[in-house]
Amino acid sequence: MREDCLYTENMTVGYGKEPLIQDISLQVKPGKILTLIGPNGSGKSTILKSVIRQLKLMGGKVWLGEEDLQKMSSGERARRMAVLMTDRIRPELMTGREVAAYGRYPHTGPMGFLSSEDWKKVDEALKLTGAEQFSQQLFSALSDGQRQRIMLARAVCQEPQVMVLDEPTSYLDIRYKLEFLSILKRLAREKKMGVFMSLHELDLAQRISDYVVCVGEKGIERMGRPEEIFTWEYIKTLYGIQEGSYDPETGSAEMEPVKGEPQVFVIGGNGRGIPVYRRLWREGIPFAAGILHENDREYPVARALAVQVISEKAFWPIQEETFCQAAALVKTCQKVICCLSQFGPMNEKNQELAGEGRLISLSDLFL
Amino acid sequence: MKTWPFCSAWNKRGRYFLTFTLLAGGMGILFFVNLLSGSVDLTWNQVFSLLLKGEGEETARRILWDIRIPRILAAAVLGGGLSVSGFLLQTFFANPIAGPYVLGISSGAKLVVALMLIFFLGQGIPVTWAVMIGGAFLGSMISMGFVLLASSRVNSMSVLVVCGIMLGYICSAVTDFVITFADDANIVDLHNWSMGSFSGMSWENVKIFSAVVFFCLVLTLLLAKPIGAYQLGETYARSVGVEIKRFRGELILLSSILSACVTAFAGPISFVGIAVPRLVKGMLGTARPVMMIPGCFLGGGVFCLFCDLAARSLFSPVEVSISSVTAVFGAPVVIWMMLREKRRME
Repeated sequence: MREDCLYTENMTVGYGKEPLIQDISLQVKPGKILTLIGPNGSGKSTILKSVIRQLKLMGGKVWLGEEDLQKMSSGERARRMAVLMTDRIRPELMTGREVAAYGRYPHTGPMGFLSSEDWKKVDEALKLTGAEQFSQQLFSALSDGQRQRIMLARAVCQEPQVMVLDEPTSYLDIRYKLEFLSILKRLAREKKMGVFMSLHELDLAQRISDYVVCVGEKGIERMGRPEEIFTWEYIKTLYGIQEGSYDPETGSAEMEPVKGEPQVFVIGGNGRGIPVYRRLWREGIPFAAGILHENDREYPVARALAVQVISEKAFWPIQEETFCQAAALVKTCQKVICCLSQFGPMNEKNQELAGEGRLISLSDLFL
Repeated sequence: MKTWPFCSAWNKRGRYFLTFTLLAGGMGILFFVNLLSGSVDLTWNQVFSLLLKGEGEETARRILWDIRIPRILAAAVLGGGLSVSGFLLQTFFANPIAGPYVLGISSGAKLVVALMLIFFLGQGIPVTWAVMIGGAFLGSMISMGFVLLASSRVNSMSVLVVCGIMLGYICSAVTDFVITFADDANIVDLHNWSMGSFSGMSWENVKIFSAVVFFCLVLTLLLAKPIGAYQLGETYARSVGVEIKRFRGELILLSSILSACVTAFAGPISFVGIAVPRLVKGMLGTARPVMMIPGCFLGGGVFCLFCDLAARSLFSPVEVSISSVTAVFGAPVVIWMMLREKRRME
């Protein structure tokens, strides 16, 4: 017996006659989330559309459990697989609840009438996705985020074994992005449902996925657990990032630093320097930062935005050598912004460093 | 919080009930008004004694049974069929202005019927209704064949619509061409038919078109479930188990059989297929196919009975063509509803 709920065997996908990606073999396991990441136009949607049979397979097979998806009846397929794609729907005169109720379609009789049991399942799904309070309003009057949650409720009450989603968080604001993915995770865990989706947000993909598949220019480039995929070097190659940087721990992307001779030296630590770095970057002023411990939470930001960062090894007090290096840099910058008001045994040299240059406040720079 | 005023189950049911009562009532009233009106005056007494007791003079009996009742049935049944055909095409294209004309189905029917009329009349052979129906069906099916061919090649709705419109133009152009080279007498016949009318129906005709229309209506009702899912778009319909290609074929086949049947018996009738589904949707407050299909059928009947009454009595004794009356009443409805919808969206 197969334990995967969805399995592609040497699947070849593409539009028309030209194969886009060949020999794709992926497994979606029950209760797990598999996420496709990759640049725009790499073929993430094409893969998903082929799996849901919107596009004809150009080769290979897709298995749903132990059955060949191509040979299944459309009703049987619908009872096992629900989808949430990027298509915008414009149903006329339908409330959100009525739209969601179409998830029960494969479970109803020949005329499609819903039993009270069916409606109960629809309402449960609406409650789960937090769409209950606006489900009685006309679908066309809802916001994009609300619609997306109605559509998720629709997929949920279809009671599938596997759910296929194409960039489901695109229309949502940050709160609903998180909520949406939490709901998805919960569904996967509680109902042992397999989730196969594509995501644009790398930070979210990293946090929620059990398995990540990278679709690049040359097809499927890599797959593995998120911790194996999300390294700066690889993400940079996958997306062909020329400028800026990406922090694999937080999953956040940073801009390219302002280039040029540093004009200001910023003494930071414990996150106090971050707003200063950002302001300087926005104003286009090249700056240096220090002395930061490598485990300081603002270290990644400083490293991304500053022209130069003077750093000390984690858990070590600032060494004389490091201090001299910083002091030399302060001399060339002349101006110093000190973001700290308290110093401890680990960074007391920073206090000394502040005296090496002309101490100014951030606002002085823009007078 | 803004809530749709007809959302509660009771209100909805009340509204459905009210709509169907109004439509059925309207049909009943129009049935009797149409019975009583015409170039020959019949009184209530005459009509009732003829209907209930079968007593009365021969001329009145003839007028009632052989002219007025078949005509009323034609307007009711063919009008209903046309409007259901429009609803199916609008569902198919997710487009409120889709109709038999847009797909070139009516034009195909018209072309073949025109060719047949000219050929048979030229040979001196009388044209029977069977030939007319056969011609209209043949023409619709040829147009449909092209449309289906296009749909199997291209999976895009807009391309399909463009193909349909182009096909319509070609058919109309060929029709014009043929008419130009036909004899005068032939053109008069063709001209009468192409104006559209519910008059001159025999009981034989009534039997044939009723059988065709009601058969299609039942099949359409059986498709109510996938039609509902299709309103959420192709992707989602497929995802809940609708076999899209087959379903689309069924939709188009049913709608073109319906419109071919109407075209064969009454000629091309404009605007019924677009205006009636819009009005009925507005009255019902829903687009649910289980409600819309019977609603459209009744509504189309009522609309055509009303238009036929107007066509006969407005400039009596001169009879106006049914198509011009349906256009006069239908077109403003379409414009008004589209403007209203646009405003609501903004």
